[in-house]
Amino acid sequence: MGRRRVSNNGILQGSFFMDGDTACAEGAICAGCRFFGGYPITPATEIAERMARRLPQVGGTYIQMEDEIASISAVLGASWAGTRAMTATSGPGFSLMMENLGLGIITETPCVLVNVQRGGPSTGMPTLVGQGDMMQARWGSHGPYETIALSPGSPQELFDLTIRAFNLAEKYRTPVLVMTDEAVGHMTERVVIPPLEEIEYYARRKPQVPPNGYLPYRPDPDGVPPMACAGEGYRIHVTGLTHNEKGYPDTVSVETQQKLVERLIRKIRANQDDIIELREDQVEEADVVVVAYGISARTAARPVRMAREMGLKVGLLKLVTVWPFAEERIRELAPKVEGFVVPEINMGQIAQEVERCAGGQAQTILVPHAGGGLHHPNDVLEAIKRVTSPQSTSAETSP
Amino acid sequence: MVDELTDVLISKHHPMDKLLRQDRLPHIWCSGCGLGTVLTCFVSALEKLDLDMDQVVVVSGIGCTGRAAGYLNLDGFHTTHGRAIPFATGLKLGNPELKVVVISGDGDLMAIGGNHFIHAARRNMDLTVICVNNFNYGMTSGQLAPTTPTNARTSTSPYGNAEHPFNVPYLAAATGATYVARWTVLHVRRLERSIIEAMNKRGFSVVEVISPCPTYYGRWNKMGSALEQMKYYHDKSTIRHWSDPAQADIGLEGQIIVGRFVDIDKPTFCDLLQGADQ
Ligand SMILES: Cc1ncc(C[n+]2csc(CCOP(=O)(O)OP(=O)(O)O)c2C)c(N)n1
Ligand code: SF4
Ligand SMILES: [Mg+2]
Repeated sequence: MGRRRVSNNGILQGSFFMDGDTACAEGAICAGCRFFGGYPITPATEIAERMARRLPQVGGTYIQMEDEIASISAVLGASWAGTRAMTATSGPGFSLMMENLGLGIITETPCVLVNVQRGGPSTGMPTLVGQGDMMQARWGSHGPYETIALSPGSPQELFDLTIRAFNLAEKYRTPVLVMTDEAVGHMTERVVIPPLEEIEYYARRKPQVPPNGYLPYRPDPDGVPPMACAGEGYRIHVTGLTHNEKGYPDTVSVETQQKLVERLIRKIRANQDDIIELREDQVEEADVVVVAYGISARTAARPVRMAREMGLKVGLLKLVTVWPFAEERIRELAPKVEGFVVPEINMGQIAQEVERCAGGQAQTILVPHAGGGLHHPNDVLEAIKRVTSPQSTSAETSP
Repeated sequence: MVDELTDVLISKHHPMDKLLRQDRLPHIWCSGCGLGTVLTCFVSALEKLDLDMDQVVVVSGIGCTGRAAGYLNLDGFHTTHGRAIPFATGLKLGNPELKVVVISGDGDLMAIGGNHFIHAARRNMDLTVICVNNFNYGMTSGQLAPTTPTNARTSTSPYGNAEHPFNVPYLAAATGATYVARWTVLHVRRLERSIIEAMNKRGFSVVEVISPCPTYYGRWNKMGSALEQMKYYHDKSTIRHWSDPAQADIGLEGQIIVGRFVDIDKPTFCDLLQGADQ
């Protein structure tokens, strides 16, 4: 990887030493993001600051909105103007964005929302790590829906997954969540930015028919409708109300509601194989599988190594994609292993999913952490040992 | 012969057909509601404006007024309650060629969306906002709004409103709007002209329309029929162009000052952004 440079189009290329938040912003720029609407909040502020500096250099627009509700609203509007758009926040701002996250889902608006998680609830621990918003990412907006959430564990992954988030958002026409955390956002490491030509770019799917033959919500076979934007002559009507294929409100028909909601869910679930990314290390032959994501997958590597040194057969399953959940893989592993160990910086969120999918065929041990710090390797190691020791019981929490 | 004459005399097409979504009509509004008139004035303003209609976008929040976006044959966005202005801000910044108009209710723009309104005005975001003020929340069946006059009755102020209302033109002017006007729905020509002026204005332009909600506000305050309510607002109106909007408070009784209050020039957000880049 040669020297680092800024090409004349303002895009970086080369090897850099940067923190996760900066890497996130640079990933967004490489992915073609040209609009950022945000509101400062620790520990996500550096993303906004980097975008404020960088977007004008690449012909994009940064605006600091009056709050996070306005930020996500502007991001949705910018996406409908044909721009790749994003915002970044942390817990309190994420809570404020929930209503219009739902608007993005029902109107099928591609965009990226980054949550640099900190300790909660409420204002909690602004400068310290947390992973307590994982269920909010799944269910935070009201009503039935399916969502896509990615979880990076290093600045390089934050760069890579921000790009992937933009491509998934366009491919499946939905907001995509990048659920990172303070530890990753503020960690400084080497980040390699490949040449722009080597970066995947999934272009927005446009209608292939003239305006009079276009139904804005008639899906292609994969469940995703091509998207005409404002100003393109299609005279679209877009509403957060339950709507038919024309995009017109139909708020009293159970059939219309059923058809719409089922499709919104199906377009993601039916394409799980494409969306779900897992990283596995010695999972096949394992008696115990540690299931982790984000910074907790990284800190789990050490106790896994310690356990292996003790002769235990331990695998590490890293959820790069957290939502949709890797149900099939957990179901497949459950009869083959003795148990799953799930360290996460909350009091049990993804562990419940693992336990649900294990369906009683293997025990699930949560290693909780209330937030503000990372797991001590011994806590995870103890949990691994408990699975393999005969007197262990299911779904217990370690001290 | 009679048939031929009828064909000549009675048009099969409404002159506004091109700009309305025929397949969405009839609309959901109550008979006698002022919203039909507002929509008509908006469409006739569009017909007189020299604009590419493919570039005109209407954004609404939620409410009876919020349904306006859905009846227009333009690109239209029916967003969430209070969020039309920030959504419109994103549209405009995402594609500055677009002419973006927000049409929404007093509750939507002044209560839940009040913060967005003042900040878009402060930034002088290049948007036109048509605020239909019917002094209450029509859609949810007539509750108190931040524009409800003191002492007026609504379903959530059954003993009379104990709050002071917002004066929309004053708020708009004070927070930075570059064009501000107020009319009632019976001032059709003047309203149409103000909409044209507002849309031709570069910057944050606001047109407030005093509109009857006979079904709720009118009934709670014993204002008679829809037409009587419409006429009442018109008769109480005093045209006072360029007067200080601070003097334009609306009480339960007394006059309603209407007219054009503000028409000034100053750089928009996009102007300043471009300047900053150079
Ligand atoms: C977040 C949220 N809160 C409350 C509502 C319920 N709601 C729908 S419309 C409305 C008020 C509309 O009043 P206004 O903007 O004055 O419009 P009008 O119906 O009078 O034209 C309310 C409170 C909602 N849709 N969303
Ligand atoms: S409730 Fe009031 S504002 Fe709504 S349509 Fe009826 S009359 Fe108009
Ligand atoms: Mg109202």
